Amino acid sequence: MQNKNETQTQTLSVLVENTAGVLSQVTRLFTRKGYNIESLAVGVTNDPNVSRITIILKGTDKMTTLLESQLAKLLPVISVRRLTDTDAIYREFFLIKVKAETRDARDEIIQIANIFRASIVDMSKNTLMLQISGDASKADAIMKLLSEFGIMEMARTGMIALERGENTIYDLSKSGAEFESGKTLG
Amino acid sequence: MIVKGASIVVNCLLEQGVDTVFGYPGVSILEVYDELYKNKKAIRHILSAHEQGAAHAADGYARSTGKVGVCLATSGPGATNLVTGIAAAFMDSSPVVFITCNVDDELLGRDTFQEVDIVGISMPITKCSYLVDRPEEIADTLREAFAIAGGGRPGPVLVDITHNATAEKAEYEFLAKSEHLKHGRLNHMHKRGDMGLRREEFRTEDIRILAEMIASSQRPLIIAGGGVIRSGATGSIAKFAEDRSIPVVSTLMGSGIMNESHPLYFGMAGSYGCSEANFAVQNCDLLIAVGVRFSDRLTGKTEFFAPNAQIVHIDIDRSEIDKNIDSVHHVVGDAAEIIDSLAAVCSVPNLDSSWINEIRDIKSKFSEPGGFPVEIIQCVNRLCPDAIIATDVGQHQIWTCRNFDFSNPGQLITSGGYGAMGFGLGAAIGAKAGMHDKIVIHITGDGSFGMNMTELATEIRENLPVITIIFNNSALGLVRQNQRLHYGRRYSQTNLTAAVDYATLASAFGISFAHAENIAQFENALQILLENKKCGIIECVINKDEYIKPMLEKGRLIY
Repeated sequence: MQNKNETQTQTLSVLVENTAGVLSQVTRLFTRKGYNIESLAVGVTNDPNVSRITIILKGTDKMTTLLESQLAKLLPVISVRRLTDTDAIYREFFLIKVKAETRDARDEIIQIANIFRASIVDMSKNTLMLQISGDASKADAIMKLLSEFGIMEMARTGMIALERGENTIYDLSKSGAEFESGKTLG
Repeated sequence: MIVKGASIVVNCLLEQGVDTVFGYPGVSILEVYDELYKNKKAIRHILSAHEQGAAHAADGYARSTGKVGVCLATSGPGATNLVTGIAAAFMDSSPVVFITCNVDDELLGRDTFQEVDIVGISMPITKCSYLVDRPEEIADTLREAFAIAGGGRPGPVLVDITHNATAEKAEYEFLAKSEHLKHGRLNHMHKRGDMGLRREEFRTEDIRILAEMIASSQRPLIIAGGGVIRSGATGSIAKFAEDRSIPVVSTLMGSGIMNESHPLYFGMAGSYGCSEANFAVQNCDLLIAVGVRFSDRLTGKTEFFAPNAQIVHIDIDRSEIDKNIDSVHHVVGDAAEIIDSLAAVCSVPNLDSSWINEIRDIKSKFSEPGGFPVEIIQCVNRLCPDAIIATDVGQHQIWTCRNFDFSNPGQLITSGGYGAMGFGLGAAIGAKAGMHDKIVIHITGDGSFGMNMTELATEIRENLPVITIIFNNSALGLVRQNQRLHYGRRYSQTNLTAAVDYATLASAFGISFAHAENIAQFENALQILLENKKCGIIECVINKDEYIKPMLEKGRLIY
């Protein structure tokens, strides 16, 4: 069992109604606690009326539980799920514009791209743009290599995550059970 | 039928059975006021002197009647003047629907005259806030707003309607209140149990565990808060405690849950609570907290709070569990339902035989010193025991909560959580508007009274007689007391010497006035005012060195 007061990376997946002002209601809770959101990704789901927000933050277990229940209380929030590293798949999508002023540089960057299964999506006389998806460690590795050439700018989508297996965010009762109906003593 | 948006607003109020609203008009909300004019036989509008007064009045109305209060204001400054009132209602879980109108849809976001983003401003202090910019959305949104304000843990909701949405026409069909949950977005929210629109189901297993904990405890204690009053669980709690001889204390918001003279009731706990109540909290082995949120004014430093107790938390709001105090067990749901099902399975605990006597000893040992302030409260209590008591914030508030024997829940109206000075007069007026046949007493201090005294105009204009008792100590007493304890008696900006001639002030408003320097004068003055049944002010001269004693700090009583 992890220490309740230890700060660690937490992932919250939040299903919300796709209406105006939802995002500010959700992020406001984090501001109030002085929590910095490390990554935030928002997108519409297969139901056009429903969006999914994936939030990565650093926080203690206790504080995250509190946030979870306060998020669940917000009117446009349909459900909240805390994900862990082992039970979910995490992905992030990056666009990186890197300097490629010489032929050698260009060749080398293309090689790196191949190894990391990144693709070249744009090319100019002096630049290349790479598209890459993966988790944080893959991104860190490629950026380290590309920084030698000079990264001009980059954009990332923020981490998205889905639970492995048959579990979904729609199974409200599962992780909510302990919290909803009392804790067991002992 | 096709009607103007403003007419939909008023019709939605009628659907809810609203007969009283509070507010203050302005240009953006004129369409709604025009419809109110046409419906003035069905809906009484009470015009305040300042929007803050209207907000507190709607709050006081909601607290005294148990119905959802309604408050109207115009855009910009009208809307922002509500903010303290909204926050006060939010902190004490009072159901109020605030309706503001904004500038035209196409002018939003252009810094138009009297434009403000009140939806953004009110977000952290409402259960929900809505912006409506089309007349077709008004009916559903207002129905939702009322359902949410009153559902689950009650609280304020704000609906901001753009001027064009009130002026344009849309289809409207009357829908009985009982049908609301079956339609529109409310239907979805009801299905997924949002905002307490559907009662939380608690597990019988949790009730059984709690019953076992109680049965095996030797020094149990029930602490009841505002949630008990909102849930109407006062009778159940009293019966439950009596059957098992479990002592009961309350929080400030729980004042009135049991009669002060009840042998098992030991008053209010917390920083400004009674010695015996705090002794009981500090020495119990099982603390059953019902409808409380463990505010810092109750717990002080949490590590010193109830050090020997296992804490069980019963609350309707899941997000209150383990927020301020970690509990060993909890049940989420309606207090009355939980206590009733607990009573059915919980046996009588084998109490430590000295437990209740120890608390009684403390009560007799540390009986609170009297003095003029306490005598005033006792006198009010004697002359009008059933009156609704609305207070402001400060020493007078604590004296009232500690010394008035509230005999029914909802009798005390006070800004407990937010501590908004200036709350009292508006709230008293709102309570009077809701409960015409009750005497309403407004107890205030010279500091608090100064904040919203313009509402005296409202009580005269709207013929809502309130008796205002001013504890005039020419100081901000409670702040001054803090300066005495913690700031080496450096009374920075807390002396209000000779600021107001209250006799002249009262006559300017045409209100009867009396001045009292001792309890005989006070009693005489109050008797006359009670016979008159008119607005009145009694100024009581209090020594500025009267302090609230004892005070609880870091688990220790300060005398």
